[in-house]
Amino acid sequence: MSAVDVRNVTKRYGATTALDRVSLAFPNGSFFALLGPSGSGKTTLLRALAGFVEPDEGMILIDDQDVAHIPSFRRNIGMVFQNYALFPHMSVFDNVAFGLTVRRIPRIQVRQRVGKILELVRLDGLDHRKPRQLSGGQQQRVALARALVTEPRVLLLDEPLGALDKKLRQDMQGELKRIQRTVGITTIFVTHDQEEALTLSDHIAIIDEGRLIQVGEPGEVYDRPYTRFAANFLGDANFLSGPVQDSGIMVDRVGHVATTSPLPAGEATLAVRPERIRLVAPDTPAQGNRIEGHVAERVFSGASLTYTVQTDAGPLRVLRQNADGDVIDTGERVALVWSADHSVVVED
Amino acid sequence: MNQARWVVLMSEGAGRLWLFLVLLFLYLPILVLAVMGLNDSVHYTLPFAFTTRWYEDLAGNERLLQASFNSVAVALANTLIATTLGTMAALAFARYRFRGRTALQLLLFPPITIPWLIIGTSMLVLFFWTGIGRGLHAMLLGHVALSLPYVIIVVGARLASIGPDLEEAAASLGATPFQSLVRVQLPVMAPGIVAAALFAFAVSFDQFVISYFLAPPGVSVLPVEIFSAIRKGFTPEVNAISTIMIVVSMTVLLLFARLSKFGGER
Repeated sequence: MSAVDVRNVTKRYGATTALDRVSLAFPNGSFFALLGPSGSGKTTLLRALAGFVEPDEGMILIDDQDVAHIPSFRRNIGMVFQNYALFPHMSVFDNVAFGLTVRRIPRIQVRQRVGKILELVRLDGLDHRKPRQLSGGQQQRVALARALVTEPRVLLLDEPLGALDKKLRQDMQGELKRIQRTVGITTIFVTHDQEEALTLSDHIAIIDEGRLIQVGEPGEVYDRPYTRFAANFLGDANFLSGPVQDSGIMVDRVGHVATTSPLPAGEATLAVRPERIRLVAPDTPAQGNRIEGHVAERVFSGASLTYTVQTDAGPLRVLRQNADGDVIDTGERVALVWSADHSVVVED
Repeated sequence: MNQARWVVLMSEGAGRLWLFLVLLFLYLPILVLAVMGLNDSVHYTLPFAFTTRWYEDLAGNERLLQASFNSVAVALANTLIATTLGTMAALAFARYRFRGRTALQLLLFPPITIPWLIIGTSMLVLFFWTGIGRGLHAMLLGHVALSLPYVIIVVGARLASIGPDLEEAAASLGATPFQSLVRVQLPVMAPGIVAAALFAFAVSFDQFVISYFLAPPGVSVLPVEIFSAIRKGFTPEVNAISTIMIVVSMTVLLLFARLSKFGGER
């Protein structure tokens, strides 16, 4: 059962189409990432779900009710804004209680529910502080508590961790996941950070130029990207193109590159993840695909190294764990080896 | 080395002297006026002899008292009307897109630059022609028209620094537009609104030209009354009332400056 169902939603701003017939079902209780570059339409989609953007066409169903043209304040949603949008003139308690007091819920209940939710986000004891007296991470928790206290049907997060520094962001990712699991609420969040999408969500939708490119579980989308854009945006990829020939393609000056995925007729492009390629000495015999070249560039990033290998098919990137500390020098000849399973056919 | 230091010190000293001269130029006349309001001599002769008799005389001057009352009444009414209308207009400009929005916004600025004499004349002609006529009601209308652009600009600046996020947050939490206005937007805008109200008060309270044009015989406000008093003869009584006006206006404007600086913060 899906809690939220977007059907054929289109939104135009003058000549530009921000959302182009987007259909997307968000399963009940899922933690759903909308991933795309800036200007892709992901934020427009989130704002349409929130009720800040009215779609020109299509339906937005929340619990089987079409809310596309219902104002935000009647939708029973919770939203965490990118800059938190805490009410600066209210205390933490009043901020969190706001959604309850506008619904005229009795004072005793308000106190109980606010206390409980502040405990959940681990902010108990800060009730009387003003937002400006809190750290970024604390403000984030207040925003989350405020959005959750009304027990909304869906929680929307707009780049929730964008304003935090790296260490705090990692902590908050864990917190966010824990809270989402405790509450069990359907959560939809917008991000341009692929790592955040992969670590937080159980579903990812990749959006580009107002269109939905691919939807699936993170592993699925990562392993089987449909398009060159999806392969490149979620993770990193090398691309090889050429005419199709017996379960593979013929690459100019390199030869046959095999794949196990079904191929179209004519030309095809294969995507290979940099970490799926092994670097071996040129004379090592190996199964699967093999291209030779020399190391043109090496980028050291601590736990791993990224090599750019100049081959007859152009430069290819290879990611290698820094497990045994042996580093290949630039200029050395190497062979790139990978299994046919790891060449994925993508649309251009 | 030493010479460079010397040059820096000299230029700093010259800067301070210049600042001092500017302030002296601005405030010396006011200071003389205030001091003479406390001097016993009718002809402004020295030596200075302290007295409060000019202020005491004020209390018995019916015309001045009536004019002061009119001034305060018009200024307060103007503050209420201009601040309410201006805040509403600023909200509309900041949050809604409508036909003619840019044109209307641009039209806010010319009244600030058009000489008061011309505005006063045109108002007199218009009010005469439409039958509104002259009087306190006409002055009030004129003052509202004059202070509206200031209110809209001051409140608008505050709104621009707040952005639409808080309104959206309130809506997402289930607040109706009215609840959102009363519980979120107005409190957050408050420093801007108060600053605008003080400004509107000052614009009206200090206004001479328009009031002068729109005052029928026998009805007067403080600046107009002072002007006619000066024409008859310059008594230290005028100094006393002027000092009171300056104190009121400066207090209001200092409060405004304080609050609009407030308006810069989140």
